[in-house]
Amino acid sequence: MAINWFKYAAPTNFYGLAGKLIPWFAGFSLVLFAAGMYIGFFVAPADAQQGEFYRIIFIHVPTSILSMVLYMVMAGYAALGLIFNTRLSAMMASAIAPTGALFAFISLWTGALWGKPMWGAWWVWDARLTSELILLFLYLGFISLHASIDDPRRADRASALLAIVGSVNVPIIYFSVKWWNTLHQGSTIKFSGTSMHVAMQQAMFTMLAALWLYALAVVLARVRSIILERERHTHWAQEVAA
Amino acid sequence: MLEVTKLACSRGDHRLFSGLSFRLEPGQILQVDGANGSGKTSLLRALCGFLMPDEGEISWGGISTAKMEEEFYAKILYLGHLNAIKDDLNALENLRIAAGISGCLLDEQQAVSALQRMGLRGRERLPTKVLSQGQRRRVALARLLVNQAKLWILDEPLTALDVGAVHLIETLLMEHLARQGMVIFTTHQPLQVPGLRTLSLS
Amino acid sequence: MKLLVLVIRRDLMLAMRRRADVLTTLFFFVMVVSLFPLGVGPEMDMLRKMAAGVLWVAALLSSMLSLGRLFATDYLDGTLEQMLLAPQSLSMLVLGKMIAHWMVSGLPLVLMAPVLGLQFDMSVQALGILIVGLLLGTPILSMIGAIGAALTLGLRGGGVLLSLLVLPLCIPVLIFGTGAVEAIANGQSVASHLSLLGAVLVLALVFTPWVTAQALRISME
Repeated sequence: MAINWFKYAAPTNFYGLAGKLIPWFAGFSLVLFAAGMYIGFFVAPADAQQGEFYRIIFIHVPTSILSMVLYMVMAGYAALGLIFNTRLSAMMASAIAPTGALFAFISLWTGALWGKPMWGAWWVWDARLTSELILLFLYLGFISLHASIDDPRRADRASALLAIVGSVNVPIIYFSVKWWNTLHQGSTIKFSGTSMHVAMQQAMFTMLAALWLYALAVVLARVRSIILERERHTHWAQEVAA
Repeated sequence: MLEVTKLACSRGDHRLFSGLSFRLEPGQILQVDGANGSGKTSLLRALCGFLMPDEGEISWGGISTAKMEEEFYAKILYLGHLNAIKDDLNALENLRIAAGISGCLLDEQQAVSALQRMGLRGRERLPTKVLSQGQRRRVALARLLVNQAKLWILDEPLTALDVGAVHLIETLLMEHLARQGMVIFTTHQPLQVPGLRTLSLS
Repeated sequence: MKLLVLVIRRDLMLAMRRRADVLTTLFFFVMVVSLFPLGVGPEMDMLRKMAAGVLWVAALLSSMLSLGRLFATDYLDGTLEQMLLAPQSLSMLVLGKMIAHWMVSGLPLVLMAPVLGLQFDMSVQALGILIVGLLLGTPILSMIGAIGAALTLGLRGGGVLLSLLVLPLCIPVLIFGTGAVEAIANGQSVASHLSLLGAVLVLALVFTPWVTAQALRISME
């Protein structure tokens, strides 16, 4: 089956496709979320050292991973938009940012909740936690730059450039923070034992898939509203809205 | 030489003009005409490459100007609404720096004589902040005298100028055309130059 | 190359005609550094430990202060339009502006730092490393900052936004710079910190002028 991908690079065509995909992503996300929660709370055993507290990693780890992946995806779309001047890519980038920031925030929050019983402190200057905080700053910078430019074209292009600069900087930041951390002999999170229980892994991956699908559904929904807003003067958008 | 085909530009959501085509050959002068907000400035800025047109093509000698970049910038001189002069510098310094940025280094004598021709004798070394609007415009216009550019793109060059200065600009334009130069400009004041064509943006 | 020299000379000349702006940045730097002992108390042991961090953070904040002016005045009076139309490479021109900016707002901080370091009872050795670190690091701040300044050109609330965009990107510089001083205080080698700082400087020299040039073209539209 040959699919004409370029057809969907036009925002108006993509609008319909996204509309069809969203319920599927959202539905599967919900099912997997429920399954992940069930495995996480009832099937996975308590950890030998961390007791029940560790269960927060079923949220913490997937959100951390996704917040980083989403930043790279966002930068990728931004680069596509800048190089090929495709409007949809820029819209995707700006639709991803809020979800990425939300995941970074949840990851920090759950990290703090986990830290309190484990280390007796809400916040530890752990390398990963610190990098996550900086990642949140980068997201917020992207969102505020986009929001403070009125002209949509300039907003797209300026924030795209910022996202690319940020993504080049992310490895340097991560490395420097890690290095800074070892210099200060901070505590790093280590799991007891070398292998995780199978059920723990299952719960983690199920949650990862659930949140991934959630991100897809939300980003597509956001892109749809961005498309409508940008095209509001066209005949097409007025028909869709009516 | 300069060829514009089916150009369309918009400001925000508002389409300014579309399907605009024209040619400009050496020795020709073109006045862009139209009411306020009809896109005259946007057209000139699109020619300079500041503004990316929605559709259409701008080419110089058959090559797209977007691909020529610096090579094209060497061929043009743009004078916008803003004078691009620094209040803290004097007229002489302003002119020499402006010329330097556009690629021709001036010695003091060349700069002084250009300013004197613009009617700024005795004011060459005053900080530009003490000059009047018209005099500041004259400092900006002095760049026309010290530039090798083939195409002049002038946005409202006559603002704040007195009658004498307007005549001077007419003379400068005619000299430039006689050298096989090209001019595209906007104005709300009449300018008497033989061979003047107008392009109307309605 | 001629263009580079021309732009540096021009920006230095303009800065000299507006000496107050340069002095404000320097004064801000001195002020922030001097406030710290008042905030945390005068125990010399603690101050000595904090010194490098305080000086670096203050340098970071004061360089943010002057970044707003890097392109803004040229943007407002139309000079920036002419610069974008320069027939030579825009990156070169931007590099010139970065160098001038550093000479006006970074270099004075570096020269002032030893005096402030003495207030914190830093050893001569540590002071030396601090200066070397600042010499390598402050140009990076000017260069990364220039990207932010170009992106936020002409925006309302540009100054605050600029700091929000630029500060996270400057974190590695802060870490390597303070790390070097800390290493010498602990009797370790400083070579790795300083060479990393140098590597970042080289990377910044290669990429930031071009990125800033692109940002200026985007903002000019």
